[in-house]
Amino acid sequence: MSVSLELPKNSHSLAQAPSVVAYAVNRAFSVVATIGALTIIALVAYILYEIGRQAVPAMQQSGLRFLVDTHWDVQKGSFGILPQIWGTLYSSLLALLIGGFVGVTIAIFLTQGFLPPYLAVSFRTLIEMLAAIPSVVFGLWGIFVVIPFVRPGANWLNEHFGSIPFFSSSLSGPGLLPAVIVLSIMILPTVAAISQDAIGLVPYKIKEAAYGMGTTRWEAILKVIVPTAAVGISSALVLGFGRALGETMALAMLIGNSNQISLSLFSPANTLAALLASNFPEAAQTERQALMYAALVLLAITLIVNVIGTIILVWTSRKMGKV
Amino acid sequence: MSADTGRQAGFERASDFAAPVNLAYNPFEFRGLKNSILTVGVWLVAILGAIPLFSVIYMLLVKGGARLNALLFTELPPAGFEAGGGIGNAIQGTLVTVAIAAIISIPIGMFAAIYLAEVRPDGQIAVWARFLSKVLTGFPSILAGVFVYAAVVLLMGSYSALAGGIALAVLMLPTVTLTAEGAMRMVPQKMKDAAIGMGCTKAQVAWSVTLPTALPSIVTGVILGVARVAGESAPLLFTALFSNYWLRSIREPTASLAILIYNFSSMPFENQIELAWAASLVLVVIILGFNILSRFIGRPQV
Repeated sequence: MSVSLELPKNSHSLAQAPSVVAYAVNRAFSVVATIGALTIIALVAYILYEIGRQAVPAMQQSGLRFLVDTHWDVQKGSFGILPQIWGTLYSSLLALLIGGFVGVTIAIFLTQGFLPPYLAVSFRTLIEMLAAIPSVVFGLWGIFVVIPFVRPGANWLNEHFGSIPFFSSSLSGPGLLPAVIVLSIMILPTVAAISQDAIGLVPYKIKEAAYGMGTTRWEAILKVIVPTAAVGISSALVLGFGRALGETMALAMLIGNSNQISLSLFSPANTLAALLASNFPEAAQTERQALMYAALVLLAITLIVNVIGTIILVWTSRKMGKV
Repeated sequence: MSADTGRQAGFERASDFAAPVNLAYNPFEFRGLKNSILTVGVWLVAILGAIPLFSVIYMLLVKGGARLNALLFTELPPAGFEAGGGIGNAIQGTLVTVAIAAIISIPIGMFAAIYLAEVRPDGQIAVWARFLSKVLTGFPSILAGVFVYAAVVLLMGSYSALAGGIALAVLMLPTVTLTAEGAMRMVPQKMKDAAIGMGCTKAQVAWSVTLPTALPSIVTGVILGVARVAGESAPLLFTALFSNYWLRSIREPTASLAILIYNFSSMPFENQIELAWAASLVLVVIILGFNILSRFIGRPQV
């Protein structure tokens, strides 16, 4: 908008209304931006529609039996995903137990003055770097480092405490335990980062009040700060759980891809995502339709978990922002 | 004990007051002890949490570094019992698919972010788009592969680098949108108000004030998005597939570092395992390079 210093002949003011071109550009700009925003909404809708559409033949054929059947038999054309659903939930819950505990602890460690600020920043960067390491690299590391590392201990537990269901089989190679260990490491950065933000939202006044009452540092942390940030931390755990449910490659490489339901930590298992990764590329028509159905189930599970996590997160930041 | 001290000091009516309490911090009393034990515990857990990263980096440097030479970048992957070979086409494939993803997702993400931050931040469309973007960031990456297989691969009739790039774009879009929106919201309202007061249209405010001011943070977001998808393998499994040859056209299947690592990790040949480690090292260096670059650009400029 160039403003000429000479007054236009029939005008009393320097100001000019935007030209027709500027109006048109503005209009077009808004429209394009709106299209951008609508694309995201349309994309999610299209993803749901497309996967759903592909799954329809398998849904008509096996119906809800698909969810409770335990066999994945390509020859007979009978498909069921109960072992995979079990494996997905079991591995993710165990990973959440380990990764969640370590993640929240690290969040406390980094926010409550255990380290001088410059070291806390470096440590935070270190944990963020974990998130940058690709899933396949963790898988490779799991095969050559974690499995040999945990195998002697696992087999010792199986020999001496084999009657406990968790240790009821030996670890011969890939299995649930190495998969869970790697999975917990992978969700750790997510849990730690969101928990740190949640704890950071707790007003400093509250902590000072606790100290003023004579609490020790840990009494302040465990009885005041963590409960205050509880909702935010729970959203960190829910989103970490969501990440664990959908994690694919490391699991496909480490869990053993065996369709069985077992409580044992050392037996091979399978997950929905790993099933897709290992079977999809070579699947023929009918198996592919069944896999699409499995993908739809995975989509539904993760979508529900993520929506819950996101809603809690939005709700807390809105509520805490007003304190 | 403190009551005794009180009496010695001559406070005869000490009993008239509430019993004096020793308020000094005593590390051997139960509360102090609990405090110390928990502090040791939190240090142990923090160190435990850092071990995997160091172990991964150590393995990458030792196993991957052993194979790092010029041939690695120029040769094609070896077959079965073959010795030597490299991962040249996988590096090429990763760069091409990520570039396709960036070309698709950056413009859409930018315009969506402008809508969310500038055009109508509180409208129904914005609320839904923002919410769905957040949900999409937690979307399992393998499902992006399944979706693109159904929507693109079946339509085109073949696996292709283009399909792989589209799958990665689906995963990159929410990161770009949300970080760009955040960056634009950080631009002080005063600056926008001043521009509006000068008679700018919304488009002019966005284009000449908001975008240039927010650019460093936006670039950071875009680079982080690129870093995120560069290591993805699940969405490429059945979209870009794999190829043992150099990529000639984006309508052909292509190799990628991530898929090469996955394929080679399960092979019984020492040579392939070595290459998998070397490819991991290259991939991690690429991703960390992007991460460091983003920190460098996004550093708050005072």
